[in-house]
Amino acid sequence: MDYVPHTTQEKEEMLREIGVGSAEALFEVIPERLRKATLRLPGALSETELADFFKGLSGRNGHLNQYNSFLGAGVYDHFIPSVIGGLASRGEFLTSYTPYQPEASQGTLQVLYEFQTLVCELTGLDVANASMYDGATALAEAALLAVRHTERNRVMVSRTVHPEYRAVLATYLKPLEATLVEVQACEGVTDVSALKDRIDEGVAAVILQQPNFFGCLEEAEAFSAIAHEKGALLIACVNPISLGLLSPPGDYGADIAVGDAQPLGNPPFYGGPHVGFFAVRKELMRKIPGRLAGATTDLEGRRAFVLTLQAREQHIRRQRATSNICTNQNLLALRATIYLSALGKEGLRELAGLNLQKSHYARDEICALKGFSAPFSKRPFFNEFVVQLPKGLTPDSLNNRLYKRGIIGGLPLGRFYPELKDSMLFCVTENKTRNQIDALVHSLKEISRGRPRASRASKVRGRGTQKARKP
Amino acid sequence: MFATANLPMARQERLIFEVSSPGRRCISLPPCDVPRKSLEKMLPPQFRRKTPARLPEVSELDVVRHFTRLSQLNYSVDTHFYPLGSCTMKYNPRIHEEVAGQEGFSRLHPYQPPEQIQGMLELLYHFSGLLKEVCGLPEFSLQPAAGAHGELLGMMIVRAYHRKRGERGRKKVIISDSAHGTNPASAALCGFEVVEVKSNGNGLVDLEALRKAMSPEVAAMMITNPNTLGLFEKDIIDICNILHEAGGLVYCDGANMNAMLGRVRPGDMGVDLLHLNLHKTFTAPHGGGGPGSGPLGVSKSLRPFLPVPRIKKEGGLYVWDYDYPDSVGRIKAFYGHIGVIIRAYAYILSLGRKGLLRVSEAAVLNANFLRQRLSGHYDLPYTAGCMHEFVLSGRRQKKQGVTTLDIAKRLLDYGFYAPTIYFPLIVEEALMVEPTETESKQTLEAFAEVMIKIAREIETNPDLVKGAPYNTPVRRLDEVKAAKQPNLRWDFSKA
Repeated sequence: MDYVPHTTQEKEEMLREIGVGSAEALFEVIPERLRKATLRLPGALSETELADFFKGLSGRNGHLNQYNSFLGAGVYDHFIPSVIGGLASRGEFLTSYTPYQPEASQGTLQVLYEFQTLVCELTGLDVANASMYDGATALAEAALLAVRHTERNRVMVSRTVHPEYRAVLATYLKPLEATLVEVQACEGVTDVSALKDRIDEGVAAVILQQPNFFGCLEEAEAFSAIAHEKGALLIACVNPISLGLLSPPGDYGADIAVGDAQPLGNPPFYGGPHVGFFAVRKELMRKIPGRLAGATTDLEGRRAFVLTLQAREQHIRRQRATSNICTNQNLLALRATIYLSALGKEGLRELAGLNLQKSHYARDEICALKGFSAPFSKRPFFNEFVVQLPKGLTPDSLNNRLYKRGIIGGLPLGRFYPELKDSMLFCVTENKTRNQIDALVHSLKEISRGRPRASRASKVRGRGTQKARKP
Repeated sequence: MFATANLPMARQERLIFEVSSPGRRCISLPPCDVPRKSLEKMLPPQFRRKTPARLPEVSELDVVRHFTRLSQLNYSVDTHFYPLGSCTMKYNPRIHEEVAGQEGFSRLHPYQPPEQIQGMLELLYHFSGLLKEVCGLPEFSLQPAAGAHGELLGMMIVRAYHRKRGERGRKKVIISDSAHGTNPASAALCGFEVVEVKSNGNGLVDLEALRKAMSPEVAAMMITNPNTLGLFEKDIIDICNILHEAGGLVYCDGANMNAMLGRVRPGDMGVDLLHLNLHKTFTAPHGGGGPGSGPLGVSKSLRPFLPVPRIKKEGGLYVWDYDYPDSVGRIKAFYGHIGVIIRAYAYILSLGRKGLLRVSEAAVLNANFLRQRLSGHYDLPYTAGCMHEFVLSGRRQKKQGVTTLDIAKRLLDYGFYAPTIYFPLIVEEALMVEPTETESKQTLEAFAEVMIKIAREIETNPDLVKGAPYNTPVRRLDEVKAAKQPNLRWDFSKA
């Protein structure tokens, strides 16, 4: 199916009107030797064949509705209200584009204004943009902003910041000849005294993640004092769900807050598309990258919304723009806006509370097992925690055995932190039932004792089966 | 008149914060089925927020009505012809939504080990293979999140390539004056100095000017082909030779790939790097401005510099490979915009080889047909045959005191979204029209009829056009006020 509507007759009429004998003639401006490509591609599939083909591929993946998953580490399995899908898939949202003509794009523009307001509310900062590609690139753009703003070329980042975010930071800073300095961690949080020792007036920004990659809470106010004393900006990378309960970055003095809004109503999708958010103090407003929607009035004095402060952007300023970003991550920002509206003021607080309760229950139960321990147990945490495995049990072999019991275990940490090669990062959201947590604990117990696969645990799988069995 | 049939019922919608009523609730959360611990024990007070975020307090019907009404204030491909030049606003097939939305794709976690997700990895591996074949380049990275992100990655690779060869002095990137704004912005983000080369009288790269701009300091040239005037750069092979002989690279902005699909391969032209826009050429929905996807293809000598990780097949198993010491690194967390990629893959499979040819043929046919109908009524600054889009100038109308912006607004009144305006910058009062292949002859005729009608209105009653739009949910906006007194969030104290 090619979705081309022309009949043979229409095509001929059009060619005649243009004044050429064949469609081929329209391509004659292209050098002939370039027009000789014959592609080796399969023949066209019908709609049913297409559906079957992709069903075949998706059927070979074990997904989070089939398996009882405890993976987090930047991508989270949260409850997605059904109201989101129906609204966000409306053709008027789905098939429009960047609102260059505001009179014909008020829906998209108002959503962005609401999204910006919600991000400001969550982060406690003054101005938010209309979204970024993802949390990692939002963080990199924040570092670039700091380098430009302070005219300094060193950025300090804690080793407790997501390793892939740090990798993206390094890639973005390299061409600008700016240096990334990593600050070591101590017992699951940033070594604040090391930060204090190493910072100087050449540092553009200090970056912390709250909760950090290990799920632990950082002493954010200490960061703020240290950074600001040297004239550096404080950049906080935050989990938006946690902000239902945790201090907003604006309260502890962050100049820029970024993060990924995937947890707000967007599916994990094997890592993307997700959606970054970006908020700043008012003084940095004109240096913010990306799209901004603003309120104004129309000819008749009615409130109306428009893309604004565009003098910062590439299509006006070209090589002098604050960023090369052309669009935002609109459809996912829309989903986040619907999600936060549906959840509401109390809902977000309660949801964050559920994450806290369930993850603490899971941590306590796992660490009550012989040989399992939580190396960072002194630190408060939100919905993720590190577990050290009993001697002789490696994370990979544990995960293999859990998978056979219908469980996707935590993230083995050795790949990112060689010193934690015997540890895993577990995540427990509100989406986990007590049965599912108990099934994990039971399996860990059996596997660590070298017992064969038990029948009970293997039955407790994904949410779908759980729900059906509930009284 | 077309407009009335398309008019939304609701003209304005309050903000969700204004609909809010204290204490109202929408969704029910899962129960707390574990023994509760005290909040104080888990979360000492210094970590807790003092006041809750002022999120809306609304019912589910409030939410549904609010966002449904907002959607009705938009023009979109589903509801209106959307001839936005350079954006390829073609029809987005619904089967793609169904295929990509399956839980076997959407509910996969990026840290699941490869054994659990072989179907996904095979999909990405084979999709890359299709892109290689369609573009004639030996390797692709699927990581870039959008076209501009692909450009940024491309420039990083250009930089890494020259450094690896010890040529640190290559600090200049040549860009045509008709290029997209993202091109110079992406080059600048990588520390390159942008050298602008003027187009010649035919709207093409001026070979003499290019030769003059060449020096041992040139790292690369960024070129769009067909260019933003909708013209094929017929000297592309010579252009690539000029760059290559001087040790430079050629980056091709693939935004206009729709014109060449299935018949011309950028790799065969001699370009070294190319990004695609899966949301343009390969019809993933634009979503009001994202998510896009901007895979980057490169020639053989640039392969070592592509981002990590990359998929490889090892002993019958697809796995991620991180072992590329010369890689520029990672430009995004995880692996790319998978949801967008699946839609593009479905599109290529449903087209097949012949379908790709039909797409580019109809895209070029539609543009030429519309151009033919409009050329007597609006100035056509470049008269060579166009590819998938063309650029008109409103300079004749401007003499009547009516600008291209006014024409764009008047089009909205008649139920059409406006073309891209004031771009490319080298055309005075530019109107850049890209009809795409999925529009019928009847739609093109209706659009042409309205454009001609507007041209006539400008002659007989210019004020009518200058006052447009009249039929949209809101009328002309005060953009100066928006920029001078920025109001970027709702002020709760006004509630």
